[in-house]
Amino acid sequence: MTNHYIDLKNSDVILIMGSNAAEHHPIAFKWILRAKELNGARLIHVDPRYTRTSARCDYHVPLRSGTDIAFLGGMIHYILGNDKWFKDYVLNYTNASFIVSPDFYFKDGLFSGYDSKARKYSKDTWVFDKDAKGIPMRDMTLTHPRCVFQLMKKHYSRYTLEKVSSITGVSKEDLTKVYAEYSATGVPDKAGTECYALGWTHHTTGSQIIRTMSIIQLLLGNMGIAGGGVNALRGEPNVQGSTDHCILYGNLPGYLKMPAASQDTLAKYLEKCTPKSSDPQSANYYQNYPKFFVSFLKSLFHDKATKENGFGYSWLPKLDDGSATSLMHLFDEMYKGKIKGLFAVGTDPAVSSPNTTKVRKALENLDWLVGENIFDNETYCFWKGPGVDPAKVKTEVFLLPASASMEKEGSQSNSGRWVQWKYKAAEAPDDAIPVGEITIKILDAVRALYAKEGGACPEPILNLKWDYKNARGRFDVLKVAKQINGHFLKDTVIEDKAKGTKTEFKKGQLVPTFGMLADDGSTAGGNWIMAGSFDAAGNNKMMKRGKDDPTGLGLYPNWSYAWPVNRRIIYNRASCDINGKPYNPKRKLLEWTGDAWVGDVPDGPWPPQADKQKGKYPFIMKQDGLGALFGPGMVEGPFPEHYEPLEGPLSKNPLSGQLINPAIKIFKSDLDKVANADEKFPYVCTTYSCTEHWCSGALTRWQAWLLEAMPELYVEIGEPLAKEKGIENGQRVRVSSVRGAVECVAMVTKRFRPFLVEGKTVHQVGLPFNYGWLHPKDGGDSTNFLTPTVGDANTFCPEYKAFMVNVTKL
Amino acid sequence: MEITRRGFLTLSGALGSGVALSSLGVDLGPAKAYAAEINKMQRVMAARQVTTVCCYCSVGCGLICSVDRNTGKIFNIEGDPEHPINEGSLCAKGAGFFDLTEANKYRLRKVLYRAPMSDRWEEKSWDWALERIARLVKDTRDKGFVTRNAKGELVNRCETIGHLGSSNVDNEECWLMSVACRSMGLVYIDHQARV
Repeated sequence: MTNHYIDLKNSDVILIMGSNAAEHHPIAFKWILRAKELNGARLIHVDPRYTRTSARCDYHVPLRSGTDIAFLGGMIHYILGNDKWFKDYVLNYTNASFIVSPDFYFKDGLFSGYDSKARKYSKDTWVFDKDAKGIPMRDMTLTHPRCVFQLMKKHYSRYTLEKVSSITGVSKEDLTKVYAEYSATGVPDKAGTECYALGWTHHTTGSQIIRTMSIIQLLLGNMGIAGGGVNALRGEPNVQGSTDHCILYGNLPGYLKMPAASQDTLAKYLEKCTPKSSDPQSANYYQNYPKFFVSFLKSLFHDKATKENGFGYSWLPKLDDGSATSLMHLFDEMYKGKIKGLFAVGTDPAVSSPNTTKVRKALENLDWLVGENIFDNETYCFWKGPGVDPAKVKTEVFLLPASASMEKEGSQSNSGRWVQWKYKAAEAPDDAIPVGEITIKILDAVRALYAKEGGACPEPILNLKWDYKNARGRFDVLKVAKQINGHFLKDTVIEDKAKGTKTEFKKGQLVPTFGMLADDGSTAGGNWIMAGSFDAAGNNKMMKRGKDDPTGLGLYPNWSYAWPVNRRIIYNRASCDINGKPYNPKRKLLEWTGDAWVGDVPDGPWPPQADKQKGKYPFIMKQDGLGALFGPGMVEGPFPEHYEPLEGPLSKNPLSGQLINPAIKIFKSDLDKVANADEKFPYVCTTYSCTEHWCSGALTRWQAWLLEAMPELYVEIGEPLAKEKGIENGQRVRVSSVRGAVECVAMVTKRFRPFLVEGKTVHQVGLPFNYGWLHPKDGGDSTNFLTPTVGDANTFCPEYKAFMVNVTKL
Repeated sequence: MEITRRGFLTLSGALGSGVALSSLGVDLGPAKAYAAEINKMQRVMAARQVTTVCCYCSVGCGLICSVDRNTGKIFNIEGDPEHPINEGSLCAKGAGFFDLTEANKYRLRKVLYRAPMSDRWEEKSWDWALERIARLVKDTRDKGFVTRNAKGELVNRCETIGHLGSSNVDNEECWLMSVACRSMGLVYIDHQARV
């Protein structure tokens, strides 16, 4: 979230799209309703299905799964065509005025630089014209035909009401109603926010859906303000923290980039990863990248990381340039027999990963599997699953009992970036221990073997600083938390020239802010964004429980710790005009008093940008300091474009000659079948959760109260389709895709209504993804038997939300 | 974090009056329930109060675990009324948090092992399992380790072991896993953030 949960109460219009907040984030929804109580906020729900969220919103607009970019692209067209954009904000705080290279173009669904064979773009033409100093050229009148504003206007002029309505199945009246109501927030004293969840990420165009909304929020001046932002309601208790620490193939803790094979030295890597800006008004905060990265290497290898050995850079694994090793790549390689061992910690991919048939077959190819969890699940038991003969499965499986959440101490980060400390309430039963301790014990045992026997590349294993146990040999969580925060490795004096102060720090003292991390090996910091979670005296700010609310906006600056540097709303300098005066004095998030910012922790101490000498632009993490309406960072183009899902009801994209996202990876095993616009699978299908279960159900299906409330798998079918198929409510049916099938109960409902798409009636159905064969015995199996192995082109989030099925009576 | 007894009494007083009102009926059921509540309330008042954070979605609701001072066992978990986000309220899953404790009969309590071709789990000791896992990890890593890629570039990676999970463990545990994976050279590293 750019903002945080309580901040939802500060909004005037809340667009919930890609989320069923009332059922999946019930407590977050309380703050959405609070906005209605406090401000008379309008609540809009856009979703294929009518849910309890719809019921509590002012109105619900159904749209066909997978057409969100068309819907939102139409909103950009509306905002620009009806002059609803926030001019002061757009001119000063976005790259609308930047002049794009004359070689850049967009034609029939493809941007310049496409290589159809590799399904990849060269981004060489997705660049700005620069002046002699290397600063992007701008046209502040926004009339230059190649300025971002004009290119964007042209791009979205194709997203007419007629076209968008025909693609999405939303009536023109409904489209206009949402567009008008939401774009009314493009004024200084109104805030509009957007709440999304898996309903946006689970598409082959997921990240571009979110980017389309980011463009809208920039156009309306809704970024960086109280009650604004683009807010991901994330679905796991510490998914923010696990992402921050990057248990992910492409990043190292703190979103540092995974080194590529061609970057064979630390210098080359840092050169590639450290952005440069010639514009003195751009803070370009990532110019500090080397400090964060070297401090990370020091946290890994401590004394063994020296200037001479590149701080151990060569010991880190490197990915081949442009390659990816996500969950779907993992199971693809495992299916081919190339992966021999797997750790599956607190996870149940035999239920939760797409294309279950392929995943479960792949697991049979493992030599060994190590599971760590509080309950058994379908992954750990794959060898005795439906249709599997244990006598033919060679895999050694270990299932290690873990402590539950309340049986261990540590921190957890919510979506609003609040890092909250939790305490140990009781001992775990019998032999169960915290996952952190299991990790320590396993690596201890591996290290002992390498120390004794040697082996392949032992240096990173043996040189790793790995002393996170207390005197009793147990997991010392505070030791780890402090290592993540970072500390000085020698006595250091930090001089602040602006303030004219000098502060002394002793060797071993904790680093109070990431601004003090160094690139010369004199600091160690396990994750730079968490520097400041302790103060220099060693006080743990994550434990804070202060309830004061000085701004009255619900920032609660003394409750827990929010990264970065306790900033509660990021990009907050954009809530003020270029002189630092709040756009909306009624919701004063931040204000420049002439020598300091007052309010939330500002995005940097510099004066506002009207000060041409010392002032900085507000989007300090962007190279150019401004919000990116033109976003060349995305792999499928700098402007989001509508493409159909990998599997959909249409054989032609109504907007262009390019049917599907041109940059997605197509997996090609014999089990990766696709049936687009195929009469055998005529219905659009989507998947979701319910309030009583969580994710794959691997925790909640073992709980009697929750299971009684939601006992088994069902498919929701609209009344017209049910009538057409002769299916009655409560009957058992088979839902099948070209990849697999599940049997479940039919729930005939008014919640799904057919869509009119390109002049034809398209039915949509949906199933929850919370069930698996292991428990309960008659609850149905994984919905992911239906879903394809395909993901977003940038993130590889699987496309669970739009694919094609058939439904038949059993 | 220990909740002060005084603060907690204020809270339980508010709860108590609600319970008292509901017990005015002549039906014995409510009276029994009332007695049970009083009993539980007394236990709660005498208990050690420990705060935690919910383990489902990422809203980060606060909870209070009541721990029996004699047995060290948790016997009640409810929303933390002091928490600024949930203000004491919880959803259906959070309200059932207690069913994740050892009171749940399905909790894993022992190290389990399934041998090749076997159709059952068997109990093992931690020492045995750790030794065997380390052996498998080392042998797999050594055998499949890639020092240089097809282009001859130094890559120092292990392509034969994957690591999945987890976004439902604590930050410190996440960092340890992230770092441990890199030290072993793993590249197939992923978790629920992507699914």
